[in-house]
Amino acid sequence: MTGNENPYLPELATVTKVIEETPNIKSFQVVLNDPEKMKNFRFEPGQVGQLSIFGVGESTFVINSPPTRMEYLNFSVMKAGEVTAALHGIYEGDQIGVRAPLGNWFPYEDMKGKNILFIGGGIGLAPLRTLILYMLDNRADYKDITIIYGSRTPPDLCYKDDLKEWEQRSDVNLILTVDNEYPGWEKRIGFVPTVLKEEAPKWFETIAITCGPPIMIKFVLEGLAQLNFPPESILTTLEARMKCGIGLCGRCNLGHKYVCKDGPVFTLKQLKELPSDE
Amino acid sequence: MADTGYLPKEKIKDFVEALGKDATVYAPCLEGDTIIFRQYTPDKEISLDRPANTPPKAAIYPQCETLFSYEYKKDAATPQKMDVELEVNADFPKAVVFGGRPCDAKGFVVIDRVFVDTDTADPYYRKRRENTTIITKCCNGPSAGCFCVAVGGGPAHSEGSDVLMTEVDGGYYLEAVTEKGKAALGLPMVQDGASYQAKAKQTQEKATVAVKNPFPADATQKVSPELFDHGDFWQQVVSKCISCGACTFLCPTCYCFNITDEQGITKGQRIRTWDSCMFNHFTLETSGHNPRPTKYKRFRNRVGHKFYYYPEKYDGAIACCGCGRCIRYCPVSVDISEIVGYLKDPKADPKKWTVQNTKAAKD
Repeated sequence: MTGNENPYLPELATVTKVIEETPNIKSFQVVLNDPEKMKNFRFEPGQVGQLSIFGVGESTFVINSPPTRMEYLNFSVMKAGEVTAALHGIYEGDQIGVRAPLGNWFPYEDMKGKNILFIGGGIGLAPLRTLILYMLDNRADYKDITIIYGSRTPPDLCYKDDLKEWEQRSDVNLILTVDNEYPGWEKRIGFVPTVLKEEAPKWFETIAITCGPPIMIKFVLEGLAQLNFPPESILTTLEARMKCGIGLCGRCNLGHKYVCKDGPVFTLKQLKELPSDE
Repeated sequence: MADTGYLPKEKIKDFVEALGKDATVYAPCLEGDTIIFRQYTPDKEISLDRPANTPPKAAIYPQCETLFSYEYKKDAATPQKMDVELEVNADFPKAVVFGGRPCDAKGFVVIDRVFVDTDTADPYYRKRRENTTIITKCCNGPSAGCFCVAVGGGPAHSEGSDVLMTEVDGGYYLEAVTEKGKAALGLPMVQDGASYQAKAKQTQEKATVAVKNPFPADATQKVSPELFDHGDFWQQVVSKCISCGACTFLCPTCYCFNITDEQGITKGQRIRTWDSCMFNHFTLETSGHNPRPTKYKRFRNRVGHKFYYYPEKYDGAIACCGCGRCIRYCPVSVDISEIVGYLKDPKADPKKWTVQNTKAAKD
């Protein structure tokens, strides 16, 4: 953790750039104030961090820039509650606190030599983005990369510059969709799970990684099961209300697993082994 | 430094005041008809007659504490810029917990596994724990609702304590459990205890056999996962719970917390406060989604944490010390030992609970 012996103590950091991704999502490029700590900062794709606005509080966000690009740490924030609204109110140059990295990460070593299928919805592309960029920076290690990404409307699609780039790459198969018809939109129309069904990717030698709204994840998991994806080949990254981020405060547990420390990345097989939620 | 000693009852106050010379002493103090752990001052009346209503948990893990302070500072050279300064709370005075019971001491052992024996230890809890000496009074017998023996404890269990005190002949026989405890036995009012050892042993044994085990005689070591997963079972056993959270606030082993910022104009504190998994907002997310949206799911998580999830993580150790406070002080008499008894019953049948539930609904 950012080199602090006290896991609750945030590292002071400066927001160097604010990017408006969508009408309610902003991305923040963050640099730790201590140049030594920034230079020595290490994390793995999928790990998260807690951002602090002192006087308002802390919330958890995934670091969605990859460890292969360390000029800054990128966090994307959807305006929803108190902390996220306060974050949306900050300017370039403002001071925030960062506690990172927290949690586990995508087993990208085990994915080498396999086809990778990303399925994302809305802000759910954020954690996938870290891994996508990491894999593109190590492209030779992975076989076919397919990205199915959707949002309600075209303006709600995140990381539009990335999408443009991925669309042009011959080594990435990007499929974009929006829920309903929209003026000027000429690509796919339909919910992400429906598009997944239409595309019907092969399960053999393929790892599927999904993140998005809970309802999308639910139907994507069903869709992947129909396509015969085994539960150990399906990965997701979970969200929960968190406070400490280090497995102590007791609110993000699923049985004896803590989303903040044992997760946020789980295989569907692991999730199925946890006590029922009913 | 002595291993054993004897303290006459009339010397208790002197002993506590001597301990308080270089430490904060927390002791069970009589207030009206309740006994509450307080920071000891000479005007307070210590009572060792029965287990205190509250556990001494707050001595090491305060109900509310500052993690760090922050201050926004204006940069004179560039007036547009605001800097932030942080100052960590490092105030961990030496302390003594005097007159808790073996279950209370065991409560700290349960929290230690989570807060200390981890790669992300809680520095506040750990430092207070290191600086605290725990002097425990063995129980002469059980109070209503006690079930320490059923969860690996007992009225003379030494785990977590530095000194054990056993009531004998107008005073207390003292046994040092740790080096910290030996130091406390070196105080001048502590007399030689050798002649009281046999008597103390007898008292301890008598007390131990008097505590009843509420679980079925043929209870299995683990809870039944089938019954545990069964929503009907939980709906029925916790239907009377009013989600007040008293059980969690009085529990020596409950450690869930919240972190919030208390803001002044340009400065404030990030504070940590006890929280309760029995409250709806504990897991409520900003989106409105709540992974434990109903009372029975929250209650199941509490029981599960203590008797199912925690043991899975910590080699079978149970996160309940059997003090019975949640049973004694529950306003609607929910009995966790009864519920766990059902879960540990080898004949536990999830189907039976569906039938009972339907029947109850008809009545």
